[in-house]
Amino acid sequence: MSDVSAVLIEARGLKKVYGRPGDKTGFTAVDGIDFQVRRGEAFGVLGANGAGKSSTMRMIACVSPVTEGSLRILGWDTGRDGARIRARLGVVPQDDTIDSELTVRENLLIYGRYFGLSWKVLRERSARLLEFARLTEKAGDAVATLSGGMRRRLTIARALINEPEIVLLDEPTTGLDPQARHLLWERLFQLKQDGVTLLLTTHYMDEAEQLCDRLVVMDAGKIVAEGTPAELIARHTLREVLELRFAPGERQVMIEKCRGLAERIEELPDRLLLSTDNGEETLSAVHRQGVQPLTALVRRSSLEDVFLTLTGRSLLD
Amino acid sequence: MTAMPVGAPTGRAWTMVERNLLIYRHTWPVLLAEIFEPMLYLVAFGVGVGLLVGDVPGLDASISYPRFVAPALLATAAMNGAMNETTFNMYGKLTTDKTYESILTTPMSVRSVALGEVLWALVRGSVVATVFLVVVSVFGLAELPGALLVVPGALLIGFAFAALGLLTVTFLRSWQDFQLIQLVMLPMFLFATTFFPLDVYPRPVQVLVEVLPLYHSVELIRAAFLGTGGANPVVAVAYLAVLGTVALAVAVRRLENTLRP
Repeated sequence: MSDVSAVLIEARGLKKVYGRPGDKTGFTAVDGIDFQVRRGEAFGVLGANGAGKSSTMRMIACVSPVTEGSLRILGWDTGRDGARIRARLGVVPQDDTIDSELTVRENLLIYGRYFGLSWKVLRERSARLLEFARLTEKAGDAVATLSGGMRRRLTIARALINEPEIVLLDEPTTGLDPQARHLLWERLFQLKQDGVTLLLTTHYMDEAEQLCDRLVVMDAGKIVAEGTPAELIARHTLREVLELRFAPGERQVMIEKCRGLAERIEELPDRLLLSTDNGEETLSAVHRQGVQPLTALVRRSSLEDVFLTLTGRSLLD
Repeated sequence: MTAMPVGAPTGRAWTMVERNLLIYRHTWPVLLAEIFEPMLYLVAFGVGVGLLVGDVPGLDASISYPRFVAPALLATAAMNGAMNETTFNMYGKLTTDKTYESILTTPMSVRSVALGEVLWALVRGSVVATVFLVVVSVFGLAELPGALLVVPGALLIGFAFAALGLLTVTFLRSWQDFQLIQLVMLPMFLFATTFFPLDVYPRPVQVLVEVLPLYHSVELIRAAFLGTGGANPVVAVAYLAVLGTVALAVAVRRLENTLRP
């Protein structure tokens, strides 16, 4: 257990099919994935809505049985030792599931009771966690009075009440304003510094770049890429991206003219993305072709481009 | 490895009661309403109608109408309190509030959650039954100390209906379905010998009434209240115990499928 590179989560051929057992018409949400998460890592699962992220998380949280394959957490099998594993996990679900009938502090106390912790321990821990979540002044308030960011911080504080070794976060910052997101990232980074293993799903690429040491990209229930954010960007995109916007009327004509000017062209509803090693050169080439975009922007490739390349409609030239 | 108390899933059921106690610290007047309801019925029907009908025909002449109605109202209160807890309150927690979803990410099992909610229904039920009993005893409608048997009786009724409610809630599709529950509960309340004895019905109707769980609940409480013994309470205890146990077992299995898809 003291081995820093110890594998805490290991999935092999992991599959989730919803529907009755044996029923062939079931919906396959996760289609045979393999991955490992090591102690102290921040591991990200990226994917569009419906890619299978949440189903994967629910199986790891031992709240949804594995249909096929194996999933071992902290050395235990999720099917046999679910309760034992859950005792060492912290779970931040996608929807806020704060107990609306209790106050902020009571939420922490009673949640700790579900883990079998004593009231004495919980009084001390809840005070510390309220401080961590910056909710000390709100301790006695009804949860209905909290803002979205506060609710999410309370959910995270609640997930820490059992001092978990692994914290699962399902789209932790979805629906939050930028300030709330940055505060949350800062708190998650703090957790990581404290040695807690983080496993998070997101569809925000900046979030993945900020927080994750390593990540997988999921699409239609399968893992389509795996690596560090920098590796994925290097492997699946070119150095720079040229973003062009056109007037609606001439859009199609302009797009046709741009073909062949970059190694990869991504057509989005509102703009055209040209992957290239040198954005300025490509922009000059675009102008030479007589293309007149409304706006043109050269930027560094990001994880979002990886994501679009791997999961979106991609026009490979 | 540290020894985690995970081997005793039912031991954790009590934490569901603790959760409810925390909530009721803020909302305890709700419980008062539950105690007052059977009292109001007792005044309206027991005393009001009682003045018109005098003693109940077919029963021992010494039994006044209020004494006939009071135990039935207590049985009904025990039934309603338990059913409301595991149908109405639980449906909200299952659907809109998603309370159980977060509870089940802890070592708590579906079984301990279900048992815990039933346990809480019993705790509430025993408070309501005890207060009601004290009040009617003050008015001389029940004979202590024999009538103290009413409290375990009310607990058994609470268990049977809490379990039945738990089973019912697994079949509900929307809030509209509560109308269907009312469609069963209200006639049962009116016909299960609450306001008039069984022998006013023709025999075929008697058989129908005798099948109702509330009928057996009323029999049980009435026997304790009036200090009459006989075979009926024994049948009632067996009926309610079996009903509760079977409903609970099936409900837990169905909840497992709903809550851990």
